Amino acid sequence: MNNLITRAKELLENNNVQVVVGYEAGPTGLARPAFITNPEKAEKLIYDDRCVQNLAVYLTKKEVKKFGKIAIIATLPVMRSIMMLISEQQITAENIVVLGISSEGNLLDIANMQVMQGFIEKSDLSNPAKYKDLLAELRKLTPEEKFAYWQKELSKCIKCYACRQACPMCYCTRCTVEVNQPQWIPVQANTYGSMEWHILRAMHLAGRCISCGECGRACPVGIPCHLLTMQLVDQVHNYFKVYAGTSDKMSSVLSTFEPNDKESFII
Amino acid sequence: METTRKLIRKQSLEKLYKLLLESRKIYAPVIAADKQVEYKYNPSFSDVTFDHIRSTLSVKNIVFPKVENLFSYVNAKTESTITDIDLNKIPEVVLWGAHPCDNAAFDTLRSIFCWDINDEFFSKRMEKLLVIGLSCHLSDEYCFCTSVGLYPNSSKGSDILLTRLQNGDFKADILTEKGNNVLLSSPELFEPVTEEKVLITEVMQKFSHEQVTIKLKTAFEHPFWVANSLRCIGCGACAYVCPACACFDIQDESRGKNGKRYRSWDSCGFGLFTLHTSGHNPREVQSQRWRQRIMHKFSYMPDRNESLGCVGCGRCSSGCPVDMNIAEQLEALQNI
Amino acid sequence: MSDNIYKPYLMEVENIIEETPDVRTFRLKFKNAADAENFSFKAGQFGEYSVLGEGESTFCVASSPTRRGYIECTFRKAGRVTNALANLETGDTVGFRGPYGNTFPIEQWEGKNLLYIAGGIALPPMRCLIWNTIDLRDKYKDITIVYGARSVSDLVYKHELKEWEKRPDIRLITTVDPGGQTPDWKGEIGFVPMVLEKLAPTSNNTVAILCGPPVMIKFTMPVLKKLGFQDKDIYTTLENRMKCGFGKCGRCNVGKVFVCKDGPVFSYEQILSLPEEY
Repeated sequence: MNNLITRAKELLENNNVQVVVGYEAGPTGLARPAFITNPEKAEKLIYDDRCVQNLAVYLTKKEVKKFGKIAIIATLPVMRSIMMLISEQQITAENIVVLGISSEGNLLDIANMQVMQGFIEKSDLSNPAKYKDLLAELRKLTPEEKFAYWQKELSKCIKCYACRQACPMCYCTRCTVEVNQPQWIPVQANTYGSMEWHILRAMHLAGRCISCGECGRACPVGIPCHLLTMQLVDQVHNYFKVYAGTSDKMSSVLSTFEPNDKESFII
Repeated sequence: METTRKLIRKQSLEKLYKLLLESRKIYAPVIAADKQVEYKYNPSFSDVTFDHIRSTLSVKNIVFPKVENLFSYVNAKTESTITDIDLNKIPEVVLWGAHPCDNAAFDTLRSIFCWDINDEFFSKRMEKLLVIGLSCHLSDEYCFCTSVGLYPNSSKGSDILLTRLQNGDFKADILTEKGNNVLLSSPELFEPVTEEKVLITEVMQKFSHEQVTIKLKTAFEHPFWVANSLRCIGCGACAYVCPACACFDIQDESRGKNGKRYRSWDSCGFGLFTLHTSGHNPREVQSQRWRQRIMHKFSYMPDRNESLGCVGCGRCSSGCPVDMNIAEQLEALQNI
Repeated sequence: MSDNIYKPYLMEVENIIEETPDVRTFRLKFKNAADAENFSFKAGQFGEYSVLGEGESTFCVASSPTRRGYIECTFRKAGRVTNALANLETGDTVGFRGPYGNTFPIEQWEGKNLLYIAGGIALPPMRCLIWNTIDLRDKYKDITIVYGARSVSDLVYKHELKEWEKRPDIRLITTVDPGGQTPDWKGEIGFVPMVLEKLAPTSNNTVAILCGPPVMIKFTMPVLKKLGFQDKDIYTTLENRMKCGFGKCGRCNVGKVFVCKDGPVFSYEQILSLPEEY
């Protein structure tokens, strides 16, 4: 990824940014997030099929913001996350430089948010192809069968919150589950408690999820919790004809009211 | 007690399994639908796997469950009462086929729960536990037991340790009184040892834990922590899959007047773990929490209890969403 | 007591004092007479107080160990458990687990002068110690107490402050922050470190015990050093988030030291050897 390395080096050498957030290869061959502050170390940056993690999760972290201006390697999901974070006023566009990556793996020239928006709008924003079949399968089940499926999967949950921590949209400094006046969701990991947690998280992400699948990938016990959030992505699209993360001015569809909103389900 | 070495043929092993199943619960590894290895209660012998490297979750759940009720109560002002849990109801359990790393972790847990004052929930469960360990004939790049003073065929923590032989049978080392009782109750299943070759994998030593402990004494303020923890997302996955992690939370849960107080798994990696009510947090940023994890396991615990807080099973590294590979970090620490 | 180390004593709320609008002092007596007989503790120790159904909270035992049959605790309404405690009435049940922690080494202080310095809500751990040493008055030489709070209404144990003031065998100096005084306030006005500097107590054969919010400790320590106090003769208590209280849950450690087992009482000399993680 020579262009990428050159660009990153350039940005650091000219002090346009103080850190480049990208991917590097770990000793076991897996890709892992890299935080390059030294232009010489830019050589470590890679981009290939192994690089799937949504790096936007680091944009809201104190330790990363402390560096100053941030350049971030951004595939489509990361770009959409960035849009969401800007629209929810968690980061500012002035503070980041987007090193966009196309679906073929080429470096894109993203000069500003409008350009990024243009790129996003031209892309397929529906749930990734590899999950569409599984989602369709699940939809065919009866409610009892669906409940039984999720009961089985969520009984494995150990409430480690890797799903929440890996998600760029879960940036609340005090999550609902960490509030104890009152304790909305019990702390312990039993099946129904875990179901409450996952349903709560999916609902908090409805209209905000950009289908990166990080939550399911991060789960150490292999619960496909990304299917819950992606199902809601489809539901939101069915009702409101929007996908999240397409504009830095877009407010979350479920927290805004438009006079021409469909009211057929209440009137 | 002196170790007794015996041979147990595969067919006899199956008979032993079925015999034990008659009077106890057996917690044994099976391969789940999604190819992960998990421990289940009372699987049929044919489902039990002898070829796993590591299960996704550790086996600490049998002595340190993810939720343990401490007592139940009735909250009724002046008439409030507390009712103890009847620990005699804890059943006898056989841990079957757990590897030496997992079994060695019981010692680490003991150094926490039985230190100073005794946690009877833990010790009662340990009392009712029989461990039939299985030496490793397979390993992978995440294993590092040999760096923390263990081996693929360590006997620490096992009552009986099985080691696979070249011909498919097993060598059985009877290590403790509990193990000996099994031998005494079914002597016909155990035969004298033969010269058959044992199959034990080799795990390259990646670092010296003694060196690491020495380095850590003066490493508190080292920039290593910040540089190496930037990608940590602060979940509890590493602590929860770890067989030697035992930090816990205590919570009450009520339904009307009745309720229970329980303890559940917690992780020092969570941001709010050390948060004071005043809002002050001694470990505000992830680098401090990552440092705590390593220091606790490799410096504080050896200092306090002469027990290392890590058994080299590699679950934390293989389960980490962002590849925080603990062996890699310790190797680097050794060289700072 | 059963073998269940997590099981609390059931206590009855005997008396409630509203120290300030958000601070309460409870006097608790053991519901079970045998528990009351067998229970003892030493100054400096703490317990886990709970409301069944709400959870547990950590406070010191604020009454003196020389007074048997009951314990007292003082707390501020700050979170879920303390708010639930503040809603209790006399006769209600409180759970108490303890005593935990180490103690003030009062035997080592016999024959010395004692200088107590406290700020705001940090008087409770000290109060236990003050009454303990007053009850054993002959063993100690001069006792001086310097206590300050943000304002007159924030002073806790107001009735006891009056008692201490009246006693000829102890010297009490109370102060409020500038602006916190009422028209009839007769005590000092100024921050605790400044009042202490003005007072200039002797450091010769004296032990200083200092409890207060971190900012007060930060500014009082240099004054004590200036007055000639050595690190080993200054004692304080550390606070940290706790759950189990007996060194198992892994939460309260500062370096390799558990605040619940090796503390909460530390000499300043010990504190200097700890990493700054508290």
